[in-house]
Amino acid sequence: MQILTGKAVSPGIAIAEAVVLDAEELRIPRRMVTKDEIPDEITELDHAFATSIEEIATQRADVKLQLGHDVADVFNWHIGVLKDPMLRKDIVSLMEERNYSAAYAVSTVMRGLQRRFMQMKDPLLAERMRDVQDIERRLLRNVLGKSAEDISHLSQEAILVTHDLTTSQTARLSSTKIIGVALDVGGATSHTAILLRSWGKPAVLGLKNLSSHVSGGDTVIVDGLNHMVVADPDEATLEDYRSKRASFVKLIDALDELRDLPAVTTEGVRIELLGNIEYPAEAAASMEKGADGIGLYRTEFLFLGDEDPDEEEQFEAYCKTIAGANGNQVTVRTFDLGADKITQNKHFEPERNPMLGNRSIRYSLQHLEMFKVQLRAILRAARTGNVRVMFPLLTTLMELRQAKMTLFDAMEDLEETGVRFGRDLDIGMMMETPAAASQCREFVREVKFVSIGTNDLIQYLLATDRGNERVSRYYTASHPAVLRTIRDVIRTCAKAGVDCSLCGEMAGEPIYAMLLIGLGLRKLSMAPNNIPEIKKLIRACSLKKAERVAKRALTFETDAQVTNYLRAETKKLLPDDPI
Amino acid sequence: MSEPNESVVREVTICNKEGLHTRPVMKFVDLAQTFESDVSVRSLESTEIVNGKSAMELMLLCATFGTVLEVTATGVDAARAVEALTALVVDEFSLDLPNT
Repeated sequence: MQILTGKAVSPGIAIAEAVVLDAEELRIPRRMVTKDEIPDEITELDHAFATSIEEIATQRADVKLQLGHDVADVFNWHIGVLKDPMLRKDIVSLMEERNYSAAYAVSTVMRGLQRRFMQMKDPLLAERMRDVQDIERRLLRNVLGKSAEDISHLSQEAILVTHDLTTSQTARLSSTKIIGVALDVGGATSHTAILLRSWGKPAVLGLKNLSSHVSGGDTVIVDGLNHMVVADPDEATLEDYRSKRASFVKLIDALDELRDLPAVTTEGVRIELLGNIEYPAEAAASMEKGADGIGLYRTEFLFLGDEDPDEEEQFEAYCKTIAGANGNQVTVRTFDLGADKITQNKHFEPERNPMLGNRSIRYSLQHLEMFKVQLRAILRAARTGNVRVMFPLLTTLMELRQAKMTLFDAMEDLEETGVRFGRDLDIGMMMETPAAASQCREFVREVKFVSIGTNDLIQYLLATDRGNERVSRYYTASHPAVLRTIRDVIRTCAKAGVDCSLCGEMAGEPIYAMLLIGLGLRKLSMAPNNIPEIKKLIRACSLKKAERVAKRALTFETDAQVTNYLRAETKKLLPDDPI
Repeated sequence: MSEPNESVVREVTICNKEGLHTRPVMKFVDLAQTFESDVSVRSLESTEIVNGKSAMELMLLCATFGTVLEVTATGVDAARAVEALTALVVDEFSLDLPNT
């Protein structure tokens, strides 16, 4: 049994066998084996070679009948490669010299060959890369037996253990039987974490080298309540976790019963709970969880596909989201592109410091055509519902004015071409940089609403990269500087009569609920899955109490004091909850 | 008995349009394997020398139309091997004949 601590980013408990993926999503159960196991591994390798050759010979015969010689020729070459003594020699020497498992050695050698084909100038030859990939997969499947299947075709529930996941890899997990995730790297609020939380798949990140310790098929427990992963648990631990999981599930079910009840404090003060979403389908899912609307629609997720979304595609996505919200308000945030892996890989030369680089509104304002396309799509969709638009990551008033001007330009464009659109949408901004927060008074004169984006605000206030596990302990919403900044923004907005909400991860964390309400917020936007629990808290709490808690929380000097205090107060309010 | 380890070298130019592709590679490998001699092939465009009996390595030579190859055989039947293999290349790998 091995217990590792990391950072829980999605609550809950998942128990299942592990599926271990390498960087290219092929499942490699074990990378290293002991010296004594090598002879057996080589026997299995040779067996896999023989089986693969037989398989291809059969396929070749079928293909020859159906498609003729040309295609069958390619299979001849596959067989030739598998019979190639040089290839076997390369693989076996990795096993003998470096104790690689047969699968890992196959994968290493074949990946090297794929890279060489990829670099070839002759396109016909470069295409052979696919064949090498094909041979690799076939060999691996035969080395690994059943365990090599693609994760989209898992026959039973499993825990995904791997080094890191890109956002697009994560996006594909929603329809698989992966019920929990354990990653070597990753801080708390990357997009990966956001997605996993919204699907209710427990996840712990930042587990250092877990993926090299765990083998496919090992039982793994992901404890997203206590920031832990248990690999290969003993029977007592397993039993303990089964009952913990059962009570958590019971709790969640009980929370779902709150769905149709309003979020009101004991005095009857109404708090709006809104959903943060990435995909149009999540709008309806948020309503299912009892959301009062969509407080943050992260439109940049439209860029996850292979091609950038055109106006029609965007228009359709926005309309679908608005329809899903079923008449409730939808706050659309314009693209927050630039600092994530997707765009750094796809669109730009990598920046040395992307978080301080050309991202978000800056990127949009430097790509005005793309920005205008988005604004047109939003404006057109705004006719179909109750829509607001907001700009992310503003640091200067000039940016806000330029963004608004671009929006008005887009309106004019639409007017000139006679396209109908929603003219009366409110224009707002994310308050997520220290610069904007300290100039809040000036900003609120020029917007209808403000949404405090704590994820970035904390990161910039505390000079901490939220995705870097080496400093993730510095990243906390409890820092007194964060609390004071939020308090000041709320006050300034209230004085100016500007609608203020908060849409960071902080809004969905139970321990901050009383604090935020006590500071004066009446609108909180969070991952849809967090809504029931926050609602339960609010319904158990009086505004008076919340105000007292907020006042007290602001007197502490360190984040640890704040966290401990808030946790204790929350626990007092809901003694039975595993907070 | 002639020299047991004599080496025979000959240059030959790829003259079929598709170059050293899957089918030509397999024809070459199949033929090379009928000889006892070791067979190595070098493309004059690179310094890499590959095993003439390896389907993978020959493909990695990236020998397209017009590439000059240096075929070397070492062993008891070296002369016959080089003769047959270069003839195969010149003959455009007898591609009109069906595969076995």
